[in-house]
Amino acid sequence: MKKTFLLEELDCANCARKMEEGIKKIEGVDTCSVNFLSQKLTIEADDATFDEILNKAVKVCRRIEPDCKIIY
Amino acid sequence: MTHKQRKNLVRIAAAAVLGVAAYFIPLDGWWRLVLFAVPYLIIGYDVLWSAVTNIIHGQVFDENFLMALATVGAFAIGEYPEAAAVMLFYQVGELFQSIAVGKSRRSIASLMDIKPDHAVVIRNGQELTVSPEQVAVGETIIVRSGEKIPLDGVIIEGSTTVNTAALTGESLPRDYAEGDNVISGSVNITAVIRIRVMSQYAQSTVAKILELVENSASQKAKTENFITRFARYYTPCVVIAAAVVAIVPSLLTGQWSQWINRALIFLVVSCPCALVISVPLSFFGGIGGASKKGILIKGSNYLEALSKVRIVAFDKTGTLTCGNFSVAAIHPQAMSQAELLDIAALAESYSLHPIAASILRAHGGHIDKERIGSIEERAGMGIIASIDGQTVYAGNGRLMDEAHAAWHECSTEVGTVIHIAKQGVYCGHIVIADQVKPESQNAIVELKTLGIQRTVMLTGDIQKVGHAVAVQLGLDEVHTGLLPADKTGVIEKLLKIKPRGSTLAFVGDGINDAPVLARADVGIAMGAMGSDAAIEAADVVLMDDKPTKVAEAIKVAKKTMVIVRQNIWFALSVKAIVLLLGALGIANMWIAVFADVGVSVIAIINAMRALR
Repeated sequence: MKKTFLLEELDCANCARKMEEGIKKIEGVDTCSVNFLSQKLTIEADDATFDEILNKAVKVCRRIEPDCKIIY
Repeated sequence: MTHKQRKNLVRIAAAAVLGVAAYFIPLDGWWRLVLFAVPYLIIGYDVLWSAVTNIIHGQVFDENFLMALATVGAFAIGEYPEAAAVMLFYQVGELFQSIAVGKSRRSIASLMDIKPDHAVVIRNGQELTVSPEQVAVGETIIVRSGEKIPLDGVIIEGSTTVNTAALTGESLPRDYAEGDNVISGSVNITAVIRIRVMSQYAQSTVAKILELVENSASQKAKTENFITRFARYYTPCVVIAAAVVAIVPSLLTGQWSQWINRALIFLVVSCPCALVISVPLSFFGGIGGASKKGILIKGSNYLEALSKVRIVAFDKTGTLTCGNFSVAAIHPQAMSQAELLDIAALAESYSLHPIAASILRAHGGHIDKERIGSIEERAGMGIIASIDGQTVYAGNGRLMDEAHAAWHECSTEVGTVIHIAKQGVYCGHIVIADQVKPESQNAIVELKTLGIQRTVMLTGDIQKVGHAVAVQLGLDEVHTGLLPADKTGVIEKLLKIKPRGSTLAFVGDGINDAPVLARADVGIAMGAMGSDAAIEAADVVLMDDKPTKVAEAIKVAKKTMVIVRQNIWFALSVKAIVLLLGALGIANMWIAVFADVGVSVIAIINAMRALR
């Protein structure tokens, strides 16, 4: 399953890069991209555990840029 | 300005006033520290807070942490005004950066402004305004003048003028009437039309284009990957260097505060933001700018490859030529051109052959079928017809031999020749040829000026026709008589001989040359409006069918790569110089902050040039 989310208050390009790398390391994630310019997060991951993966992804983002919110 | 940006502006102003005041109040010792700590905390509390929370989360080399460490360090060695000023300057830079990024985000978003927001659909005799996604295939929608056409479909009522500028980049109004297909994303200019929807929104042209451009960010160029890798090592290296600068010389000389001050400069410069932000922004700007011109590029890797193209191979039919056959010349003997065309049109009037169709199109007038008696079609030769009671032969040389007419080959034109004889007497011939597109010659000239070393044409057509087109357009090389599979073979050979580090582009119309498009380094499909196959197969999609767009795409790619390289070199050299000057004690923290945020802002502004 591939889903796209909007990232609000994504202020730093380096953080976007770190988020992308961090989310890619979560188990079950096939591909992930954080687009700093369109402020979009795209995750392609396992259907069965998608919600769990998404929760972990939210945590990764919060750790790297606490102000940034994922809209879904 | 957003709410956050306004809030930061107020903080900057307040901290600046208090900081300047603190500078002129003659207090010493702890009071002086307090005087500067107030503006420092006003301007920097969020940075300090993020630094603390990030350390708890294990994010060590983060920008906030580095700034916090640098300024707290400055306080520790007694440089109070400097600490407050550096934090202030940093926040001013961040504000500028945020405004610049917001601005570029908006200008890129405005390029993508082809998305229709609503559709007016007729259900149960009533007009309903719904989002385009909610309209089903077969429903009828109304589009008023000045509105975007929300979905692909066919006009069932009304006639109007439509502008496809948003899709092709060229403002070329076209007239459409009942029965014509119209494409989503174009703008209805003159009159109200009713359209029967032919595809769902998700499959519509406009949705495909948007998806393509938005996904283009995921295909990263080599340069972009290099920057990402570089950023991973750059920050830790500079921080380690800062530690070395703080400790080693201090142990040797004993001048701790001087060397710690220099180390703090290293920390400020260590953020790779200028690179990480400006390189993808330049690529995105390039892709956005190209899409404004009707050139869709599927990823920054293809933009990079386009900038290195040295060999361009073209398909002939439909790419360099129009792909529809028409009368190129009429050479009568002992009669007028109109008379010859008239006889030919009469003879061919019942034929379904494409050649007959082009003769009838050229004739254009009324054909009095009363004049035609019997008609006999001879496969592979032509037609024998009885017209006004006289036997007319219209066909190739073999038919002329049969008619015992004294025929000859056409000496000037290249194409398919239809000879005509009446009662055994040769009347002349009509040449049917595929028309070279008016822009083709210019396209080749422009490619040459862009430094393309070889222009090649691949065609399934016979040698004579292929060579004539190649000579007319000034192509370097031509391969004729190729089956679709042979084209891939020729591309393979060209790929082997291309100069090292350069790329090969293949330009086709996307119909039946998908394997070739895929094999080339850059596959360019043209005339893609409404053709799904072309959009799927190619790396670069030209919305209209002008071959000049190939040169334009290469131009955009080259310009973007120049900007990318400028930004990389600018950011790296400024940082390197400041690190060096910092180590020598020449640069101060102000310069270091400029090397961090100032460089980012300049690089962002430079990156935005790629959009134009």
